[in-house]
Amino acid sequence: MIAPTPITLTVNGETVAAQVEPRIHLTDFLRENLGLTGTHIGCEHGVCGACTVRLDGEIVRGCLVLAVQADGKSVETIEGLSDSGALDELQAAFRDRNALQCGYCTPAMLLTAHELLARNPTPDRATIREHLSGNYCRCTGYQAIIDAVEIAARARAGAKS
Amino acid sequence: MKAAAFNYARAASVDEAVQMLVRGGGGAKLLAGGQSLLPALNLRLMSLDLLVDITGIAALRGIRVEGGTLKIGAMTRHADLLTSPEIAAHAPLLAKAIAHVAHPAIRNRGTIGGNLAHADPASELPACMLALGATLVIQGPSGQRRVQAADFFLGLYQTALAPDEILIAIELPALASGERAFFHEYARRMGDYAIVGLAAQGKPAGDRIDALRLVYFGVGERAGSCPAAARILQQRHSPAILAEAQAALAADLQPQNDHQASAAMRLHLARTLLARCVNELLGRAEASA
Repeated sequence: MIAPTPITLTVNGETVAAQVEPRIHLTDFLRENLGLTGTHIGCEHGVCGACTVRLDGEIVRGCLVLAVQADGKSVETIEGLSDSGALDELQAAFRDRNALQCGYCTPAMLLTAHELLARNPTPDRATIREHLSGNYCRCTGYQAIIDAVEIAARARAGAKS
Repeated sequence: MKAAAFNYARAASVDEAVQMLVRGGGGAKLLAGGQSLLPALNLRLMSLDLLVDITGIAALRGIRVEGGTLKIGAMTRHADLLTSPEIAAHAPLLAKAIAHVAHPAIRNRGTIGGNLAHADPASELPACMLALGATLVIQGPSGQRRVQAADFFLGLYQTALAPDEILIAIELPALASGERAFFHEYARRMGDYAIVGLAAQGKPAGDRIDALRLVYFGVGERAGSCPAAARILQQRHSPAILAEAQAALAADLQPQNDHQASAAMRLHLARTLLARCVNELLGRAEASA
């Protein structure tokens, strides 16, 4: 029997202390221990991207980071980012463009697109496609998602000018 | 799937990590970026007694230029390499290659040392190390040793690393005056494993390319140098010379059949890449392959 390891981290701005088995990955910890089920699990080997979360401000695969590795770090999930309003333009554009059907990939798509727009406020379609290349969507065929990110980028640029 | 149980320890220094590996015998393994190791654990393709986390060792991170040598800490992440002005200036081959390594979220975690120690034959970076003539710095219980890239990659996921050794740094000769780099790969989707890729560097001199190193990846059980084709391309460029070099790839490479492509298709794509490479290095308009 392997003893749980104590960890303390920040999740969506709140301090969380827990005991976790080393083998538990961050997404399972968020979902099972904290009830934050907006982060989804698809393949659990780094291919589908559905488990994307932010770790110290950068997107990562939640299934490829151990919960014990998040000790002392800051984690943000779709719940926190959505509540903060950081995703408002993207969420509105996804709704307007029908950029989701089942919604399974959507939280991760939003986090990934959000990172892109933070780095590059006016990406072209090829850049959007490339940045989202690690996120699978089995419903939309991607075109509407690319449209939505492009529209959100324009909405943000317009709001600033 | 979920990983089987294992113990976990954080090493504060390379010395401590080596001691943990020695004590762990064959059952201990290093955790670098974890972007290949954690999938293998989650899929239960492997199991281990102890995971030694070296991500907190600050001395293993960073990029610096000393004299004509670029020194890269093994725990430097792909995302750091991609945005490094030093890499762009002194190792443009690596800068071009990194853009093809997986996806942004994986590049935020994955490390160059972890990638090289994993020795995936479809990965871009081992091929770059061979093309650049890298030296790999390794630390173990009896001290440090230095291994040339050509002696490091032994086969499918096999390297010269012993179970109690750690790859701590990579040293690359900085791009010399007149040298040019070429990198391209064919993959089903940006970031996917390459069906065939080519990392090359050489010194164009009029119609010839001197000191050319051609290294293919995704072909065979490890990144493969093509000395025969490179020798032919030292002659003055002509369609006949290019065709001769393309033909010589059959002797240099051992392409495999798999679900992505047949061996014949891989060889065809390798020849197409060679034509692109020669045209780009010689500054010519793309001719038909």
